[in-house]
Amino acid sequence: MFHIHCPYCGELREEQEFHPKGQAHIARPADPASCSDEEWGDYLFFRDNPRGIHHELWVHAAGCRKFFNITRHTVSYEILETYKMGEQPSFTAEHPRGNSTEAASRQAQVAQQAGVHV
Amino acid sequence: MQRYSGFGLVKHALSHHENWQRQWRNPTPRKQYDVIIVGGGGHGLATAYYLAKEFGVKNVAVIEKGWLGGGNTARNTTIVRSNYLWDEAAALYEHSMTLWEGLSQDLNYNVMFSQRGVLNLGHTLQDMRDIQRRVNANRLNGIDGEVLDAKGVQALVPIMDCSKHARYPVLGASWQPRAGVARHDAVAWGFARAADAQGVDILQQTEVTGFKIRDGQIYGVHTNRGDIEAKTVGCVTAGNSGVMAGMAGIKLPLESHPLQALVSEPLKPVLDTVVMSNHVHGYISQSDKGDLVIGAGIDGYNGYGQRGSYPTVEHTLQAIVEMFPIFSRVRMNRQWGGIVDTCPDACPILSKTRVKGLYFNCGWGTGGFKATPGSGHVFAASLARGEMHSIAAPFSIDRFHSGALVDEHGAAGVAH
Repeated sequence: MFHIHCPYCGELREEQEFHPKGQAHIARPADPASCSDEEWGDYLFFRDNPRGIHHELWVHAAGCRKFFNITRHTVSYEILETYKMGEQPSFTAEHPRGNSTEAASRQAQVAQQAGVHV
Repeated sequence: MQRYSGFGLVKHALSHHENWQRQWRNPTPRKQYDVIIVGGGGHGLATAYYLAKEFGVKNVAVIEKGWLGGGNTARNTTIVRSNYLWDEAAALYEHSMTLWEGLSQDLNYNVMFSQRGVLNLGHTLQDMRDIQRRVNANRLNGIDGEVLDAKGVQALVPIMDCSKHARYPVLGASWQPRAGVARHDAVAWGFARAADAQGVDILQQTEVTGFKIRDGQIYGVHTNRGDIEAKTVGCVTAGNSGVMAGMAGIKLPLESHPLQALVSEPLKPVLDTVVMSNHVHGYISQSDKGDLVIGAGIDGYNGYGQRGSYPTVEHTLQAIVEMFPIFSRVRMNRQWGGIVDTCPDACPILSKTRVKGLYFNCGWGTGGFKATPGSGHVFAASLARGEMHSIAAPFSIDRFHSGALVDEHGAAGVAH
């Protein structure tokens, strides 16, 4: 069971309130009509499927009903951070421990919600 | 290979069953093979078996990271059926079904294939329209099928709640009498033993760590036991296919998800067929040992963790109890998760790649077990001839750019 921190509600809630919606940060081609079959097929069907850190889109379906992003490890299932739409992740495959003070502040926020002192 | 027979059983009884031959060898890898199969699951072993037996390619290695029957082959709900909607998929699964029907004799190994029939229930008017359409399509393709009403379903499965008072009343079902179940690990062992007898080297605890590619042509693999050369490599690695493809610089349209199943404590015989419901989302059968074998959908998120989430278990059991109130107090014995590679159109990928000599057989998602012999057969034919078999050809990876998808999602009563 995941406990997920919704960045809009600012609360830690149970997994069942949420739905995963696949890979995050997929930009729709600006001009779909001018895409080649290759580009359009890649956009529609081809996803990163990493064994490791993965950025994904979730929706707080039984809560605020807003979409947001999660960085999660696909083997340990550890949730490293949650962040709002339009923001960029601090934890990436290149920086698995986070690349900024923002990462630390997000973790602290989640820990505080969970009632854990770090 | 010593053949198994009733006579052999009596003979070995005289020596207290202590002198049975090992089912397969544990060879040291040779430097070179004609064909390497990466992945020793059911599909990989079947591919190796048919390569050696039917297509005359005897110098074959199957490279397996773990042990035989340690992955999805022995972690599924063992349902075998071929009632798929579209011609391409129906041809593939029906090809497999005809092989299943003679498989125990062919392998000289009892895979306990039991054609006890499969019911795909309909709970809404639209479900019933889809069922009629699919059964009609099946019959045009020469696949057996009938549409049953609620009374017909109740007659087949007396313990199911087919009353009008159910939360989602059963309106009817499609019924494929030739469908059924098989013993999953016997399938892996049977193919392994028969392939080994044909001279195939099965290399367990050997992990492929990279592909050797030169000028767009594959010429071998790196493993933790040294390099092994082959001009043809077939990658049959289920949930790990995306990672394997990445090693060859190829991207596949796959997402890996955990899929869970459960078995209950053993019960007296109570359910003699397979019941699947797409609408309340669960499927169930009873094994010969007596335990109820239960499954449902994948966990929605990507994962390689080989364990599932509890909300999915709860959802699955809600569906089962909805259909079978009689099972409400049955205790579950075991629960496990395997990693399935799902494809956007819920059909597999059997394909060449842009690396010459490197083939992929993956994307079977939640329903690969039923296809084990058929998938192995057509994939072996493709590897041996260097040209995709006519049944495998529609499942090329090119379809995700050409748009010629085989869209089985939901259409086939598939529990996705």
